Order: sequence, then structure tokens, then C-alpha cells
Amino acid sequence: MSPDVALPLLVGLPLGSAALSLLLVGRSLALQRLLTLVVLVVMQVLSIVVLVGAWDGSVVSARVGGVEPELGIVLAADPLGSILLVVSSLMLLAVMVYAVGSRQTKDQAPAYHPLYLVLAAGVAASFMTADLFNLFVSFEVMLVASYVLITIEGTRTQVRHGMTYVVIGLLASTLFITAVGLVYAATGTVNFALLATAMDGVPTGIRNALGLLLLVVFGLKAAIFPLFQWLPDSYPAAASPVTALFAGLLTKVGVYAIIRTQTLFFPTGGQASVVLLVLAALTMTVGVLGAIAQNDIKRILSFHIISQIGYMIFGLGLFTLAGIAGAVLYIVHHIVVKTTLFLVGGIIEERTGTGALDRLGGLVHTAPAVATLFLLPALSLAGIPPFSGFVAKLSLAQSGFAVDQWWVTGVALAVGLLTLFSMTKIWNGVFWGDPEQPSVLPDQAGSTPWLMTAATSTLVAVSLLFVVVAGPLYAFSERAAAVLLERDAYVSAVLQ
Amino acid sequence: MTVVLAVTVGVLYAVGAWLMMQRSLTRVVVGLAILGHAANLLLLSAGGRAGDVPIAGGDPATTADPLPQALALTAVVITFGVSGFLLAMAYRSWRQRRDDTVEDDLEDRRLAESLRRLDEDRAHREAREAAAGEPRDPSPEATGRPDEGGTP
Repeated sequence: MSPDVALPLLVGLPLGSAALSLLLVGRSLALQRLLTLVVLVVMQVLSIVVLVGAWDGSVVSARVGGVEPELGIVLAADPLGSILLVVSSLMLLAVMVYAVGSRQTKDQAPAYHPLYLVLAAGVAASFMTADLFNLFVSFEVMLVASYVLITIEGTRTQVRHGMTYVVIGLLASTLFITAVGLVYAATGTVNFALLATAMDGVPTGIRNALGLLLLVVFGLKAAIFPLFQWLPDSYPAAASPVTALFAGLLTKVGVYAIIRTQTLFFPTGGQASVVLLVLAALTMTVGVLGAIAQNDIKRILSFHIISQIGYMIFGLGLFTLAGIAGAVLYIVHHIVVKTTLFLVGGIIEERTGTGALDRLGGLVHTAPAVATLFLLPALSLAGIPPFSGFVAKLSLAQSGFAVDQWWVTGVALAVGLLTLFSMTKIWNGVFWGDPEQPSVLPDQAGSTPWLMTAATSTLVAVSLLFVVVAGPLYAFSERAAAVLLERDAYVSAVLQ
Repeated sequence: MTVVLAVTVGVLYAVGAWLMMQRSLTRVVVGLAILGHAANLLLLSAGGRAGDVPIAGGDPATTADPLPQALALTAVVITFGVSGFLLAMAYRSWRQRRDDTVEDDLEDRRLAESLRRLDEDRAHREAREAAAGEPRDPSPEATGRPDEGGTP
């Protein structure tokens, strides 16, 4: 199958199956589950086809309905988009398997499976769209599904915290529409490729304002400083698989949109962007300090998402080949590791009924396998060699030092230490200690459902695999960064 | 005409933003709806001057730009759907709590709790000092905290 058939299918298939899944509501949960899993496996295969097409640094594109690119909808996957497609389909598949295996997850809720597929379509469309307005529509498809998924149980906590999430999401969407309107007023187009050239003709002041507005819009989605407060407030309230999926994918879609728009519309000509670097340093620091103050696994991990987003923005802010390549590598590593950690957090909650560090202890005695599954990604997150986090952080630090950005690189390294500290805090609270202590809740289950273990350990294995293939993966990230910085390949692929 | 439109858009943004910062959920919902109107109006005015109905075959010089209208239409549909969901959530929240305001979040409650404890400690100490007739340094006895050996 050629990649230009795979691109539209990656959006159409999950959307169509969502409709089919809706017909099965209340009839057969088993069929719903089977349908979702089959669709996600097919999406995984399709995304790999796209990645193979874009592996050598080329850009795959497809016109939907064969309409001219200036008028119709164009889907394009460059190396960055295609690797994100592959990784996000893998997360969607793994989290679905985990949710099916979990005894507590409400995947019996009528809307769960259709919405999951709609979310998958929205995420895939966001990574492939080559049009600012279609990016807005893809975001909405993804967000509307996420609004319902985050409040799927409808409990008082979920409604309270879901409200924050929905209101912030809607505010960001309104600002996005505003940005689309202003961009159209300034340039007369919303097509990415045409915008890339049209933006050069816009007066500097207006151009900077548009760049800043787009940064605020996507910064709200990506939870960069100072627009992050909604994230640790809303994510921990959702069901574990939902939190894991959101933690891995949704903020990264925001980061992807920042990278795409900033490199394509507002190239700096190799100059580091001071605004982005300052925001990156603040995001890293505030996120990790917030995590240290928390006392709940999910809340600690949620604050770490923010801190890690800072690293990605740091790589982008350098605006060098090595910096952006480091950011790409970091995103890929982060999606896998973060999802895994939330899945382990979910296993712990499933077995003990809590995620509060002061009610947990001694799990290393009762659940050594879970302890191992936590330890490997936790060390990777902190950037301990030889794990994938080390490879990603090393490439970022090297690219920072290469262009003499000492202060922000120093902040990044210090934040790495603090990350290790709060991972140790979880380890001490949850796994060490005496399981017989009176304050500690018993490990009621005694065993983890095998599907949950299987999904989580597959992701741990994938993150270990990144270390084995670090060389080719880094070379690929450099090709992705080259496409982002040079723009010509992307522009001509969209317009062809 | 354009000035009127620009001022309207500005006022709508201002009203929407103000309503969104209220604590009552109903006002937040209304604020979001108004912000949505503001954005759609902005989108419409981004298309330039008004003109003939954009039907294929018309004179391009006199027809209005159809693209912003199409975009606004899509945006209206999306805003409508999501506002419906938001209203449902606000209603669920009211049914659960019989209250329309947004609850304090975890950090707020934690801060309030530690402030309350500080206040209690101070009131406790002041009461003790008043009872003793003269101010004393806080000693282990005064704060009622056990020492290393566990004896009061």
C-alpha cells in the first residue's frame, strides 16, 4: 500500500469505526472491544507504512478528494509527523489493551469505545494536517472526545476537575479561532505551505503578534509556563488509562503544533529564540518544583509532564539542527516513558485502591514485578544512563552547549537531578518500607491482571529498545529537524 | 461599518473574558458562548468587505470572500456542540452539589488547612499566655509537644 492511501485512511478508518461502535452500544461489549483493537492495530500498520515512506527524510502527502491544494484538504506527513503517528498509535493500542484488562476501568461506559476511536482520529489528523483551520478542526475532534473521556464516570471529583479542563480547552479553542481569523486577515490564506511564504511579506510587528498568539494557543494545550495550572488539577481525576493516554499524547500534540508553526511560519534564520528559551527554563523549573511538593503518584507525574514539556521547548528554542533533533528524540522518548509511568501508577491504584504516598509502602515485597516496571521508566525519565531519557537529554545538552546557551542548559541538567529526587520520593513511598505498617493499605489484589502487565511491560521494552536503536533514531531525528528547518521539502510536498 | 464591527468584536471579547473569570458556572458558560460569538465575528470581518452572495459563476470582483464564512460556519457548529456538553456538565455539577459555584481545588484546600492550623496554634498559645498572666517562651510544655524520649 502506498503512503498516500494510508494518510486519509488513518483519519477515516477510526472515525467510521467510531460510528459503527456506537451502533454496538448496549449490544455487545466484546464486539466493541474487538472492533477498537482491530482498528488500532490497522492504524499501527498504516502509520508504519507512512513512516517507511518518510524515513529517508522525504515528505509524504495526499490530497483528500483530489481537489487542488489551495482549495482542498491536504494531508502531509514529514519525518516528525510520521514518527509521532507511529508512537501515538502504539500508545493508543497499549492503553486500550490495558483498559480492557483492568477490572476497575469503565470501558463498559456506553461512549467509551466510540470516543476512544474519535480521539485516535483527532490525534492522527493533528499530526498530518497541512492547513491551519484543519488543525483547529483536528484539535476539536480530539478535544471533544477528551472532554467526555475525562469525565466518563461522572463522579463529583471528575465533574469538578473536568470542568477546569473543558473550560480551559474551550478558551484555547476560541483563541485558536481568533488566531486563524487574524492570520487569514493578514495573509489571505490558511494553507501551511502558502502561509510559509506569505508570512514573510507581513510587517514584523504583526508577524510577531501572530507568532505570539499562536504560541499562547498551543502553549495552553501543551501546558507551558505560565499556562500550565489546569493540567495537574484535571489529569489525576480521570480514570487511569485515560490519564495515561492524555499524559502521553495530548500535550505532545500541542508541542507538535508549536514546533510546526514556529519553524514553518516564523523561522529565525538559525538564531536562538530568547522568548522560547526563557519559557522553557521556567516550565522545566516550575514543573519539577511543583512535583516535589506533591504527595500522590498521579499528581507528581502530572507535574513532571510540565517539566518535561520544557525540555522539548528548549530544543526548539535553540533553532539549530541538533537542538530540534534533540527535541524530536525527547518527544518520542517522553511519550512512551510517561504513558508507562501512568500505567504503573494505575496498576498500583488498582491493587491498593490509592495513589497517596503516605498510605502506600512495601510494594517491593508484595509486588516485585510492578516495582521493576516502575523503576526502569522512572530512571529513564530522570535521564540515568543507559536509558532512553539519557540519550535524549544528552543530545539536548550537547546541542545547548554547542551554541553556548550555558544558563538554560544548566537549568535543564539541574532539573534532571530534581526529577531523580521526586522519582526517589515515589520509590520510597510506594515500594520501600514495611507492608505491615498500620498506615499502609493492604495489597488487596495480590496479582495484576495479565493484560495490564503485558501492555505495561511492552511499553517498557519499547523504551529499552530506543537505547538499542539510538544511533539510527538520532540520525532520523536529524533528518526530521532538517526538513523542519529547511521548509522547502514540506512546502513543495503540500503544493504538488 | 468596519469600525462598528471592530468595536463590537472588542466589546464581546471584553464581556466574555470578564464573565469567564466569575466563580459561578452559569456565567462561565455564558462567557464562553459570548467569546465564541466574538471569535466568529472576527473571522467574518477577516474576509474583507461585504459583497454579493458567493455562488460559482459570479463576478469575483463583487462577491464576498466565501472562505471565512465557511470557517465561521464550522466554528459555530463546534462551539454549539461543546456549549451543549458544558451546560450538561454544569447541570450535573449543580445536581451533585446544589451549588453553582466552582469548588476550591486541592491546593486551595491544603493552603486553607495549613492557615487554619497556624491560626489555631496561635490562638492556643495566646490563651495559655493569658492564663499564665505573663508571656513565656514557647517550651515543650507550652506547645504540648513530646520530647525525644516521648515524655511530655
